[in-house]
Amino acid sequence: MKKLDTPQELDAWRESCKNELDHDRLRLRVCDGTGCRALGSQHVLTALRQAVNGNNVEIMTTGCPGFCEQGPLVTVDPQQIAYQQVTTKHVHKIISDTLGKGEVISELLYVDPSNGQPVTTESELPYYKSQMRRVTDLNGQIDPHQIEHYIAHKGYMALSKALYDMSPDGIIEEVIRSQLRGRGGAGFPTGVKWKFCRQSPGDEKYVICNADEGNPGAFTDRSLLEANPHRIIEGMIIGARGIGATEGFIYIRSEYPLAIENLNIALNQAREHGLLGKNILGSGFDFNIQLRLGAGAFVCGEETALMASIEGKPGEPRPRPPFPAQEGLWGKPSNINNVKSWASIPSIIANGAEWFAGVGTEKSKGTAMFSMVGKINNPGVVEVPIGISLRELIFDAGGGIPDGKSFKAVQFGGPLGGCIPAQYLDTPIDYESLTDLGATMGSGGLVVADESTCMVDLARYFMNFTQEESCGQCIPCRWGTKVMLDILTRICNGQGEKGDIETLEQLANTVKTASLCGLGQAAPNPVLSSLRHFRDEYEAHVYDKRCPSKVCWK
Amino acid sequence: MITLTINDKTIHTQVGRSILEVARDNAIWIPTLCYHEALKPYGGCRLCLVELETPRGSRVVSSCTFPAEDGMVVHTNTKTIQQSRQIVAQLLLARAGHVPFIRELAASVGVNDTPYTLPQDTCVLCARCVRACQEIVGMSAISIANRGSDRVVVPPFKISSADCIECTTCVLVCPTDAITLDDITDSSRTVHEWQSEYARGACRLCEYTLNGN
Amino acid sequence: MNHFSIQNIRTILNKHKDNKTPLLAVMEELQSYYGYLPREMLIMVSERLDVPLSQVHSVATFYHGFSLHPQGEHVIQACTGTACHVRGGIHVLDHLKTKLNIQAGETTSDLEYTLETINCLGACAVGPTVVTDGKYEGHMTTSKIDHLLEKIEQES
Repeated sequence: MKKLDTPQELDAWRESCKNELDHDRLRLRVCDGTGCRALGSQHVLTALRQAVNGNNVEIMTTGCPGFCEQGPLVTVDPQQIAYQQVTTKHVHKIISDTLGKGEVISELLYVDPSNGQPVTTESELPYYKSQMRRVTDLNGQIDPHQIEHYIAHKGYMALSKALYDMSPDGIIEEVIRSQLRGRGGAGFPTGVKWKFCRQSPGDEKYVICNADEGNPGAFTDRSLLEANPHRIIEGMIIGARGIGATEGFIYIRSEYPLAIENLNIALNQAREHGLLGKNILGSGFDFNIQLRLGAGAFVCGEETALMASIEGKPGEPRPRPPFPAQEGLWGKPSNINNVKSWASIPSIIANGAEWFAGVGTEKSKGTAMFSMVGKINNPGVVEVPIGISLRELIFDAGGGIPDGKSFKAVQFGGPLGGCIPAQYLDTPIDYESLTDLGATMGSGGLVVADESTCMVDLARYFMNFTQEESCGQCIPCRWGTKVMLDILTRICNGQGEKGDIETLEQLANTVKTASLCGLGQAAPNPVLSSLRHFRDEYEAHVYDKRCPSKVCWK
Repeated sequence: MITLTINDKTIHTQVGRSILEVARDNAIWIPTLCYHEALKPYGGCRLCLVELETPRGSRVVSSCTFPAEDGMVVHTNTKTIQQSRQIVAQLLLARAGHVPFIRELAASVGVNDTPYTLPQDTCVLCARCVRACQEIVGMSAISIANRGSDRVVVPPFKISSADCIECTTCVLVCPTDAITLDDITDSSRTVHEWQSEYARGACRLCEYTLNGN
Repeated sequence: MNHFSIQNIRTILNKHKDNKTPLLAVMEELQSYYGYLPREMLIMVSERLDVPLSQVHSVATFYHGFSLHPQGEHVIQACTGTACHVRGGIHVLDHLKTKLNIQAGETTSDLEYTLETINCLGACAVGPTVVTDGKYEGHMTTSKIDHLLEKIEQES
């Protein structure tokens, strides 16, 4: 295919892609994401391909729509019949009954736990009904290996607008007005960050996508990277145009092989079609993106450590200032954003800042993605407007707590976040409210705990994680987290002593204040927040030699 | 020229200096460990933390890495700062309480014993040796291996490094005497830690003579 | 196991010649090709890329994705992410340790198996997750582990 030289050629191509993607066609959409693969989706896929061989049925592999718990997922179009937990033994029945006779196979339908009724179509699933899917709308709807699918769904239209109808300053102004805040956790206004980088002197500037989603229990970035990589790429090109960057990097953790594969395919397609590289869409703007793989170090999610890693060094953060916008990668002005932030950009440019800011709270606009795991009925990825309550998120989208148990707390933000107990279930989820409660938005990872979860054990688990992942450059994080882990381990083994809780708390406060980077400064959060909300559990372990949840010992 | 206040004292100074440098020039004491005048600031030991007054509340920063700016209001001895220094000192004592220098450093911030337990070692991982070898000597014969609490300073693969030019700068900058230089015979010396053994003679870089100094 | 050839290392180095700082990328590729990074190989990388050997050694020991020792024929990775943890991933790991009679991070003396823990794979909704030679298995239990190991035995 020849490179696209003008916005008109892109529009013409879009029309032909739309015609190709006939919506009334008989089609099986099979989720081929990491979650479904682990449950055997590839066997189902092979069997389906063999079974429909020669028939007029299209099989489309899609990325992860987020409903991982019920995988492998197979959806029958055009009726959108949503089948769950499909195995190879169901394949012939799907072909003969559903495709052949138009009959719905009831045993493969999702049953709504609230009323015991089966749900037939995708759009009726309670899981999707409670969501507002703006960034994830195409996840599960398109084949991430087919750029044509993305193009048909208005893909790269925002880029065309940004290149031809907007000035670089105009792009940045639009993002500032949208009030998008960094989705990596800190919540810094994205547009303002871009402006700093744009204003930094220098011809050579870099934009970086932080896809080092290392938070154990979070996989929002994975689902986006796998299911719709072009949206992230488009966001980065628009950002680069605004900032004046000529080169971009996506730093992705090596534990995500499928995301890497899909990104590589997407990058090559974008280059082949003149959407990336020299003279993008004939506009004279040059920009390329390279992939860099992590090698197993959580700290590389910290932006200065990430840049050190791209530079081929151990991932050690460095003190700021200078900020990356002044001196970043190889000493040049650089701008780093999270996957979800970059993926939010195309729709802000296409639909305008007002559209984006039309949902959310006063200080936190737009939608946010969350992954929910632990003691919850529907583990998976959801996208909801910022500002809905924790109760809505956990009990509506998440389907509540399994086995009739009661909700105890939710850990927000993983090992660098904090826990929120039941009395705050009606708190709106936004950056400020979560920080006030001692948690953080983090990268959107939630771990739900029920009555059978021990909060001291959970804090120990997270401390074990951060202690192993500390780079070790500064004393508070290197040795402080080690001593904290030793104390927590002692408490969980029933060997806690009088004074341990106080020593732990004092040390936690200093590690938080004194550490060099965000990892060390946030590492004590699980301990401090569980001490704040569940101090009685610590006291029961230390003084009564009792684990109230019977996790540490019976 | 810029003007800032440190502990309520008004100070005039040039642009481009760190808070630590400005404080020291004005006889304001701030404890340090990883800092060395000849090396780039590292920000690793966190003993030199100070508190800044900002419109959005107070902020704790490492004074060795943070540039002095016009209008800045700095406090070097607040309760928060004292507490964090003392805890860092207690961690250092747990690691290297047998080292006189560490005991003196801890005493200078009011700490004489520690409630913590850590594996003991004379090396406190300030990385002065590694940075000197890289920044001053330009050889990078040694480096830090592993991460977190497993960190250790070693020559590559813990085998005597071909890059070592026997300048012994690492020995000079080590604050805890974790790196030792010993005479084996009248004509040869060794740096134990790096398993490097060499003839006494002039340094190949600076012609500094080890003999009879 | 592949024996490393100078020619092949050159090819890999060449592939990354446009990368301004290729050390990590080159080491990642060598690690995935050979399963480990022997000292002689890293000395060659250090010389060809003009990066001090001490820095190469730092990188090799900082990132947990690199190994300086040979890996087993089969690499089994148990996810230690939060979701796997709360679903009893620790029992799966303990069972693997018992069955293989090695600790995490170790290789059996016959070089058949390497057992590793791996940080969250993002397959949280289907945990506990175990990866055998790159293949993901969800909802793992101790009995499924037995089955999995038997299958590997039979196939090899």
